Parts: sequence; C-alpha cells; structure tokens
Amino acid sequence: MTESCRNIWTVTKRELSGLFASPVAYVFLVIFLLLLGFLTFSLGGFFERGQASLSEAFFYWHPWVYLLLVPAVGMRLWAEERRQNTLELLLTMPIAPWHAIVGKFLASWLFLILALFLTFPIVITVGKLGSPDYGSIVASYIGSALLAGAFLAVTELTSAMTRNQIISFIVALIVCFGLILCGFEPVTNLVQNSLGDGAVGLLRSLSTWYHFDAFKRGVVDFRDLLYFGSVIGFCLFTTSVVLRGVRGA
Amino acid sequence: MITVENLVKEFGTKRAVNGVSFTVQKGEVLGFLGPNGAGKSTTMRMLTGFMPPTAGRVAIGGRDVTEDPIAAKKLVGYLPESAPSYSDMTVRGFLGFCAELRGLSGTAKKDAIQKVAALCFLENVLHQSVDTLSKGYKHRTCLAQSLIHDPAVLVLDEPTDGLDPNQKHEVRQLIKRMGQTKAIIFSTHILEEVEACCSRAIIIDRGVVVANGTPEQLKLRAKHAGSVTLRVSGPTAEALRGKLSALSLAGDVTVQADGNVTEARILPRDKNVSRDLASSIGDLILAERWKLQELHTEEGRLDDVFRALTTADTKRS
Repeated sequence: MTESCRNIWTVTKRELSGLFASPVAYVFLVIFLLLLGFLTFSLGGFFERGQASLSEAFFYWHPWVYLLLVPAVGMRLWAEERRQNTLELLLTMPIAPWHAIVGKFLASWLFLILALFLTFPIVITVGKLGSPDYGSIVASYIGSALLAGAFLAVTELTSAMTRNQIISFIVALIVCFGLILCGFEPVTNLVQNSLGDGAVGLLRSLSTWYHFDAFKRGVVDFRDLLYFGSVIGFCLFTTSVVLRGVRGA
Repeated sequence: MITVENLVKEFGTKRAVNGVSFTVQKGEVLGFLGPNGAGKSTTMRMLTGFMPPTAGRVAIGGRDVTEDPIAAKKLVGYLPESAPSYSDMTVRGFLGFCAELRGLSGTAKKDAIQKVAALCFLENVLHQSVDTLSKGYKHRTCLAQSLIHDPAVLVLDEPTDGLDPNQKHEVRQLIKRMGQTKAIIFSTHILEEVEACCSRAIIIDRGVVVANGTPEQLKLRAKHAGSVTLRVSGPTAEALRGKLSALSLAGDVTVQADGNVTEARILPRDKNVSRDLASSIGDLILAERWKLQELHTEEGRLDDVFRALTTADTKRS
C-alpha cells in the first residue's frame, strides 16, 4: 500500500512542478479570482441582496467558471505525455498505470483547491458585513471542490483520448456543459413538458448542477457525495481503459 | 535474464512481430538489427511492458512481463527510441523523479544521480532545464535515467542515434563495459556498432528473426566470406588462373589483368579452410617467384549479410 502511495505522490509532485512551470497556472489563478469577483459583486448583486449569504451571489457562479477554466488545467494531463513521448517512459516505470492516473488527478485537484482557498477574502468580507452561517459556507466549499474534481476527471479522460490539447479542452467543455444543463431549470422544464416527470428525474440525477445545489444551500447529502465520487471514479477508470488502447493493447 | 518465446504483435490485420524468440543472459550484449519497420521497436516495447503482446511470452529475470509487470519492470532500464524527457524539468529534477519512481530516496537517490551524471557526462548540465539542452545531452539524460537504478537488464532502442562520432564512441564503450555484468539488448542500424560491442546479434525482418549468432558467425554467411584477393605481377592472367585453380583448396577463381599487375579472387572450396587457402597461395607465390602486391582474406561484411537476408523478401514481393 505504501509503495502505491509513494508512487502516486511522486507523480503528483512532478505534475505540480510541470503545472507551475507553465504560465497556465498563474493565468488560471488570476482569471479565476477576477472572474469570480466580478460575477459575485456585479452580476451576482452581492451588496444589493443585503443578505449575509454566499450561496446565490458567490457559489452560484462556480459551475460556470469551472466549466471554462477546469478543462484548461486538465487538458495537458495526458495530451502532453503523448506529444512529448514521455508516456512510454512513464508507463515502463515499475508503477501501475492507475498510480499515474490518480497522481495526475491529485496534482491538478490540489491546484484547484488552492485556487478555491484563495477566495477566502470574500468569506472575511461577508463576515465583516454580517453574521453568515459558517457551517453552510464550509459545506458549499466542499461541494465546490468536488464539482471541480468532477470536471477535472472528465478532462483527464478527454486528455487521454487525444494528442491535441485543444481537442481535449473542447470535448471536456462540451461534456461538462451537458452535465450542468441536464439539471438546469430552464432545460428541465422543457424536458418535463415534452417527456414527463420520469425523464426529468433521470436527467437531473446525472447533473452536476443538481447535485451541487444541496451543497450550495449548505447541506452535505450522502447521495450528492456519492454522485461526485462516482463521476470521478468512472472517469478515472475509463482513463485507464483508454490508456491501454493508446499503448496498443 | 531476458526470455522471449514466440512473440506476436498484431495491429488490426497487420502482423508487426511474427513469432520472435530469443534469450539474453547476464554478461551478453545482444545487437538487434533490422530494416526500418522490421519490428525492432515494437519488440522492445513488449519487452519493457509498454505494449502487451498479442501472443507469446516475455520474461525478465524469470518474471512474466504480462502477469507480474511491476516486478519485471524493476529489473529493466529502458531507453526509448525518441529518448524522451520532461522539458520543463532540470536534468537533476528529471533524474530525481525517475530515481524516486525506482524506489530510491534520500542519500541513495543523491548518490545515484551523481553516479549516472558522471557516467553520462552530465555533470555540467545538472542544473539546466531539459529544453535548453542540445540533442546529444537530451539523449544522454534519457540514457542516464535508464541506468540510475543499476538495473540487471538494459533495453536500449537506438542508443547512439543522433550523436556525434565522439559521443557514439563513448556510449559504445559504456555499453561494452556494462555488458560484462548486465544483460543488454540494443537496436541499431549501424553495423560497425554490432562488431564493436555485441557478443551476439539478431537480424529481424518483417517481424521474423532471419539470423541469430555471433558477429563472426554472421559474417561467415556473406557470399564472399573467406575469399582471398591476390594482386601479383609476373604471370599472365591465364597462367595465374591455371595455377590457382590447381590448388586443392581453391574453388571458384576469377582473374583480371590490370596493367602490369594481375588480380585474382579465389573462393575457397569450403568456408572453413579459408586460412589454409591463403597460406597455400602464399606457398605458390614463393615457389613461382611472383612479385606479391597484395594478399587479403575477406572476412565477410555484415552489410552484405544484412542486405542478402533482408532484401530477399522485397524482391519476391
């Protein structure tokens, strides 16, 4: 067990060093924070609401910001290895492929969690202006981290499918967009009118938007945890299948 | 240490490797020769566990690469054809990463990095970023990672590709030295490399092994192996032909006049007697009091053997 952990951690360290060696990491952090700030205070009407809550003004925007920015972080995960031919080097090391898959995921996820952590000024702000429910805020942050993880796992999968980072980005974006939309109200209403309640229920259960909703309201529901865990698990597992094909199995 | 049994690899309908078998023991350096597209790199990828075989078995140090991949991979150092490395890392960082994946840490890791850096002449560039290195240095960096854990088995895919003659010489010396204690297999197009460092060589063509032996054994398979070239002044062409054909060990004789000098090529009757043939010709020259210009026994050239064994098929198709 510890040998696996050691291998995973070695890959994670290497991936993190690669991430911070390119401008993508810094550009991402700046855009993420600026965009969220703009959306919260301007479009989100944080001050106008007059409520000491971050749910609708702040956390509402996370899925949309992640939609655009998480694929930008994840698109290089495997596409770079294939392009630089280092895949052959990595997978002939005495590690199991899943060590590398998890290690890469962990590195990018830690980075996203760091970005999320850097939004702490807004928590301080809302704390100074009123008395928010901090438990609710913590729950929302947990949900946001899981949401980022889900989108990241999707992107890791698309990255393994292609040598081209742009293709990986676009496909991941489309898939994540679909995952949001199938639980997004204007869309579900449309489906309800034409296909009925059963179809809506099924569609919603696949949606990241729907499962993030409880977290946004400050509730940590086991079913939502299960959902995000399943998405991440499924995508990472499928990545190993795709990699086997890439290696010529 | 390396055992390959009936290895097959199919890509769709194409059979890139078609029943390849060979072994490499400790202390052996096996040269892997073949035209482009013959299946050398594919075979090496199966040896190192990167690519699973369609059929057949590969064992490294007794461990099956498909059943027990991690144990098998621990014993192998691999230099892929493209000599890849992570361009955003420093040489030291890259070697450190590879060392950690090989289970080295702390002082063991530091010492291993120093050792391979010295071995591969990387001491001056350890702090440099890989993408600033020249091709030769990048190549040696990847070679260094294959040696860092002092593996019992080395699989090197075109280890001197793209290096200048000095660097080629260094790498060949290194391979020869390490070959004394390790089992090494390396692929190459450069036939003189085979003679320089291999104890045995395999020629592979279109996925099939067409020759397997020591460099000397392979050279003997050349058409002109063992033939003696003679240049004398004295006799006429016909007279020379007559006297030479009369020798008991001589087979085919071709003669040519070149001004004052007559040149003859004498094939031995039997490949094993070429040395005696040369001395019997020497005796003849002394007896006839001819003036000797040149007497040379053809050793057989590997590229003749190579061409004969690997282009024969293309003629047929």
